[in-house]
Amino acid sequence: MRYIGIDIGSTASKTVVLEDGKEDICFTLPTGWSGKETAMAICKKLDADKDGDRIVATGYGRVCVDYADKIVTEITCHGRGGSQLFGTDCTIIDVGGQDTKVITVSGGTVTDFLMNDKCSAGTGKFLEIMAGRLGATMEELFALAEGSDPVPISSMCTVFAESEVISHIGSGEKRGDIAAGVVDSVASRVAGLCTRHGIRGKAALTGGLCNSPYFIQRLSEKLGVPVETHSMGRYAGALGAALIARQGGKSFR
Amino acid sequence: MLKLPENFQSYGDARRAGFMRLKEAKENGARVVGVYCSFVPHELILAAGASAVPLCATSEEPIAAAEADLPRNLCPLIKASYGFAKTDTCPYFYFSDFIVGETTCDGKKKMFELLNDIKETYVLQLPSSRNAAALELWKKELIAFKEKLESFYHITITDDDIRQAIRRKNRERKVMKTFFELGTLNPAPISGYELSTRTDSSGFELNIDKRCEAIEERIAQVQADWEANYKGKPSNKPRILVTGCPFGGVRDKIVKTVEELGADVVAFDSCSGVREKIELVDETMPVMDALAKKYLNINCSVMSPNNTRIEYIGEMIEEYAIDGVLEIILQACHTFNVESHLVKKYVTGRGMPYLMLETDYSTADAGQINTRLSAFLETIG
Repeated sequence: MRYIGIDIGSTASKTVVLEDGKEDICFTLPTGWSGKETAMAICKKLDADKDGDRIVATGYGRVCVDYADKIVTEITCHGRGGSQLFGTDCTIIDVGGQDTKVITVSGGTVTDFLMNDKCSAGTGKFLEIMAGRLGATMEELFALAEGSDPVPISSMCTVFAESEVISHIGSGEKRGDIAAGVVDSVASRVAGLCTRHGIRGKAALTGGLCNSPYFIQRLSEKLGVPVETHSMGRYAGALGAALIARQGGKSFR
Repeated sequence: MLKLPENFQSYGDARRAGFMRLKEAKENGARVVGVYCSFVPHELILAAGASAVPLCATSEEPIAAAEADLPRNLCPLIKASYGFAKTDTCPYFYFSDFIVGETTCDGKKKMFELLNDIKETYVLQLPSSRNAAALELWKKELIAFKEKLESFYHITITDDDIRQAIRRKNRERKVMKTFFELGTLNPAPISGYELSTRTDSSGFELNIDKRCEAIEERIAQVQADWEANYKGKPSNKPRILVTGCPFGGVRDKIVKTVEELGADVVAFDSCSGVREKIELVDETMPVMDALAKKYLNINCSVMSPNNTRIEYIGEMIEEYAIDGVLEIILQACHTFNVESHLVKKYVTGRGMPYLMLETDYSTADAGQINTRLSAFLETIG
């Protein structure tokens, strides 16, 4: 039997397939405008079958996966996946496309969590919009930022911060310095959320920013503790969902 | 003949009915005093032969109109209260003889200054502590309020009038408390949504005795149904205590949602919940002393310190066999928001899941709230 976790995020959709005796499979698709279509594309790619698979869906688009056997929030799934990657007692920091969450895991289960306010400051969306304004991809944004001297970006609101970036561009600030300012702003917001919630055990980053050593370094500096990550960190939610599928239980249909 | 608001014809059926009902009552000589907060002693209003009516404050609809005069980053309850008054859309405000406010939070007390331009607003100066000096000041405020009622209606209110009103209001408190205590049963015999909706709307019945009878009737029905069909079959649904700000304006977004997600909201530590019903007015003390004592003891976060609220939450957790505490904070409610730190510390210190949601009356964050509530229930397991 295959145990499948599907994490339909606001930006990217991640899938993890666990099968006894076989190597784990993971892949990402852009979510695009329709979570439902993405869910169907994943279904096709997996060649999913009702009897041979047990599927758990998570992420903001979790209800779009109408063929899932169970729906679990991304908070529980990131906690479960994070505890597999980083140990059973840790604090998971997930910077997602539209939400940032700090999740306390003790003894392998989520005991408490805090999410950002309803605005997009301190989320992946903020970085995406600012990168666009600087004419850079996300990877380029981090490359530009590295070694630069951050200009302060103080607006909490993404729309206002965009105006602030535009005025920095207009006044001739270096592109790299603005990029560093943007990353710094997100790292500060995320660190603020972590401080408010409290870090217990080691701190670990999951979600789309796991692949940026520069971001992890900035976040570690602001928190004053090392932030760990993992090559599978981006898949923590989908991995958690797959593990919940494997664990089974009476709530599966 | 009393006049109806200019836009009356454009109102929906329920609102028009509310206006007509109040208009008729007023034309038959009813005295109506509008109140916002549970700190206002209904007994004095009752003793003046008047009805204390709760005023509309729980809808997003009039907020835009309120924001013409009030700052946007203010509590939605305050903005809605003012907006309903300004747009003539609350029948209870419209037909009130005058309004009674109180110096609870900063936003409200300053809003009342503006409200006074729309309709006479008498403000009770509530102290923010519970020491002897505060009690003395508060008693004087209540005496001044009694005198206000006397001069407004050209009547004399005797101690006996007040004593009788205390007895009637205590009876209502006992009835409402019994209704809320249905939540102690397992399985929950009634949804938290119904419990809270019914108690909130019962305030719109002007006659206190009819109010009690309607609730008593519902208690009997629910009890009979539970005895016959549910007794001895406990449910494993998580049992939730709701605490924090008045939540009428976010009831659908939060209470209804968490129940749809599979929890039972069984207990309410809130203004329209048991917070005001815990302590009765002492019927043996001199009346004004008894009223001052009771009302100063209400566990609202405007009091400093307010340890008794935390203690009571502890008792409720036991009494209602609670599995998780859900705190509702309205945007910009500083006192409850700051106090939530202490509530969280206490609740999580007992090893119990706690979730705080800060929100307003808009539906903009309905999706995020749904995710938070689902995850909260998953942590309860």
